[in-house]
Amino acid sequence: MNVSTSEAELRALMISGLDGDAAAHRTLLENLSSRLRGYFQGQLNRIGRGPVEAEDLVQEALIAIHTRRHTYDPGQLFTPWVYAIARYKFVDYLRREKASMRDLPIEETKEILTSSDNSGQVESSLDLERLMAGLAPKVRQAIQAVKLDGLSVSEAAAQCGISESNVKVTVHRGLKAMARLIRENRP
Amino acid sequence: MKTDQLINLLSTNLEPVKRGETKKTLTWTILAGGLAAVCLMLATVGLRPGGGWFLSGYLLLKLLFMLILIGAGAALLAKLISPGQDGRKPYTVILLAFLAIGSAGVCALALGPPAARDQMMMGSQWVTCALCIPLFSIVPFSALIWALRKGAPTNLRRTGAVAGLVAGALGAVAYAFHCPDDSLPFIALWYGGMVGLCALLGAILGPRLLRW
Repeated sequence: MNVSTSEAELRALMISGLDGDAAAHRTLLENLSSRLRGYFQGQLNRIGRGPVEAEDLVQEALIAIHTRRHTYDPGQLFTPWVYAIARYKFVDYLRREKASMRDLPIEETKEILTSSDNSGQVESSLDLERLMAGLAPKVRQAIQAVKLDGLSVSEAAAQCGISESNVKVTVHRGLKAMARLIRENRP
Repeated sequence: MKTDQLINLLSTNLEPVKRGETKKTLTWTILAGGLAAVCLMLATVGLRPGGGWFLSGYLLLKLLFMLILIGAGAALLAKLISPGQDGRKPYTVILLAFLAIGSAGVCALALGPPAARDQMMMGSQWVTCALCIPLFSIVPFSALIWALRKGAPTNLRRTGAVAGLVAGALGAVAYAFHCPDDSLPFIALWYGGMVGLCALLGAILGPRLLRW
């Protein structure tokens, strides 16, 4: 894989996404998810954790990339920005796991090393419905309408009985709240 | 949940993102924080009595020292708020500012009459100074933490330290308009020391306050 072309491609997709191109954003996230999976599986293998934890981290990182995308400066390289987020999420994960890491058998590591071949079919431990249940009713309603039912913002505004700008703000806050719930509710 | 489901959710009805918002927020936060610190100074210890001090070189020096720290710190925060970015030059600027005021203080002590050394270092209100700078920096610090949480800092300890430094310097700017002590060793010891302490507290609090 040519690193420089993929940087240019990913960056172009990111910039289109920042301008509101949903298809580019989807392609970007799909592309990043396989890279993130590789990164997290590699890191987790070393400490004997499996693909489900890796998928949790992939999803946590994707939400972070999405909700914090305003911090990407299009004048800068894109790959270091993504890598810094992935690394931050991994270090944060390690900090939380510190206590339970102590009683980890070392022998497990080899076994997991050989069985890490999976491509996006692993389910994370996160349950979308449970996450949604953890949100405030108004926020849940807005996310359901805009993000799951795919209504336009004006349709969602009419359905929820709030202004369009309020819908946008609520959805953005809702996604951040989901990211927080993921961190706090991890088993 | 499968990752595909999540990607679906995130890219449905994608909103365009406004550019440059975080940096704008940061700038306004620093200005508002400084204003709040000045108001708190006026409401508590008040302006320094008399008139001539306003034109004195010492006030200018105190302000210059602090404005250098605020400028360099703001440049760092604008970088630290975005993943994968960090500065270099601003750290040098901050270090040089502390070194310059520190050596100026030492020189003034060495050159001044030995009998006046205590007075030069402690001034008449070192306790007020030591209490007021951290006190005045509380509001700017809280405001900065709020603004930084809107971004995505990945080095929380360093970001906290720089936020503490900037907040401490804003507190010191406010205190400078009250401060009756005009001597280089006093500025080096109490202004430099207290702003440094604020940076240390910021480094301690950063990881807890800035996690996301």
